[in-house]
Amino acid sequence: MNLLGDAFVWLNDPLNWSGKQGVPFLTYEHLYISFFAVLIAAAVSVPTALALGHTGRGGGLTVVVSNVSRAIPTLALLTIFAATSIGFGNRATIIALAVFAVPPLLTNTYVGIRSVDRDIVEAGRGMGLSERSVLLRVELPLAVPLIAAGFRTAAVQVVATATLAALVGGGGLGRIITDGFGQQDRPQILAGGLLVALLALVTELALALVQRRVTPGEQRRRLPFPGRRAADPADGSDDPDAGPGAGGGAEERSVSVS
Amino acid sequence: MASRSGATAAHHIVALDEPANPWFTWDYVRDNSGDLQEALQQHVVLTVETIVIGLLIAFPLAILAHRYRLLAGPVLATTGALYTVPSLALFAFLAPYTGLTQRTVLIGLVMYALLILVRNILAGLEGVPPDVKEAAEGMGYSWSRMLWKIELPVALPAVMAGVRVATVSTVALVTVGVIVGYGGLGGLMLRGFQNNFYRAEIVTASVLTIALGLAFDVLLAWATRAVTPWSRNTARRSLVARLRGSSEEAAA
Repeated sequence: MNLLGDAFVWLNDPLNWSGKQGVPFLTYEHLYISFFAVLIAAAVSVPTALALGHTGRGGGLTVVVSNVSRAIPTLALLTIFAATSIGFGNRATIIALAVFAVPPLLTNTYVGIRSVDRDIVEAGRGMGLSERSVLLRVELPLAVPLIAAGFRTAAVQVVATATLAALVGGGGLGRIITDGFGQQDRPQILAGGLLVALLALVTELALALVQRRVTPGEQRRRLPFPGRRAADPADGSDDPDAGPGAGGGAEERSVSVS
Repeated sequence: MASRSGATAAHHIVALDEPANPWFTWDYVRDNSGDLQEALQQHVVLTVETIVIGLLIAFPLAILAHRYRLLAGPVLATTGALYTVPSLALFAFLAPYTGLTQRTVLIGLVMYALLILVRNILAGLEGVPPDVKEAAEGMGYSWSRMLWKIELPVALPAVMAGVRVATVSTVALVTVGVIVGYGGLGGLMLRGFQNNFYRAEIVTASVLTIALGLAFDVLLAWATRAVTPWSRNTARRSLVARLRGSSEEAAA
């Protein structure tokens, strides 16, 4: 317990809250890396999944992508990208993390589009909508809750994984932990762990709220909200809309922690 | 002055040598076979220990949660909260208490595997069709006999699916153990990084890790077929159903 006290002493030291090694700057760096990683991943995977989902092709591809990505250690991609001409640092980190944000976005968007009631899509076509309009004005809006779930999974995973960037010379809150290990400073290690865990939990809660906002009434009750998801594990099995969201939530994050 | 020009000369040599940092060479594998073997062994041992210990803890937890509905919420919430903690942070919590040991890595890995295992075992137990259970009850099955003869066998495919996901994730996750000095092949990845971006070392360790995960997955797929002969002829499901199924199996 003394150790925990020392960790709080570390957290209360104004020295640790200023400058380029300070908590505020490292948090900013952490969020900056995470934001761009998710952005790049979304730019690649959402349009792809929209096209695949609309045409109904490529379902096998999304299965393969999410299964294979689980087997790739984050550290492997981080060190590989660092050894390319991109060089080590935040840019390599962003690209490596983006790779891991692709599967949840791809899977959730694809399933979201495929889960739209075929009758509604046919009704749209019957009204004379072009294929493009069917996708953008019928399928996409109905898929938004699932896509939001994908974003949440991807973002939480990226924020968690961004910690590892510090192992390969990147920035972010992971620095505090790795520096702590480097200096054998146990209170600092613990303080860094607390900060990182806190950031991950805050991200999870914030995005769960966003997901809740964009999900209309009936489905909302079945949302994989923290606690709620845990309370009823069978939820996903009988509700097609909650299924991949709840599933993606935990499944994909298995990658995140690597 | 002399040393300075030496440094520039060294720089030049590095620059000239740059193409000579291949992504893969058999020379590397041959020269480092000892290190590779050691790292691979540590990786395998940590993974197997994690899954075995994880199952030993997950089964009682899941059965308890299944028997006493009130416990299901807290059990899943606790394992879920553990899962949200980033791995490096988890090792940071453990290391000051348990030291820079292989045990620290093992404890962390078990904590992560627990969520996947408990959820899948519980989902498997809950997935037994009610009419099957009613029939067994009608035949006078006791609670424990129902568990052993009906529920656990029916849950077996879901359990095996969970074991597969947990194993593949664990293989990837072991690498983070490098922070306390026991990361299996992750140790070689980081050594390659610190050793002037030694590409052959990084790539060999990465490829081995991925291959190990896939090898475990294939082995467990065979094992699943062996222990659930009845599920061999089930109808093929549609792709979307499979997509949903895979995420449910993983997390439900």
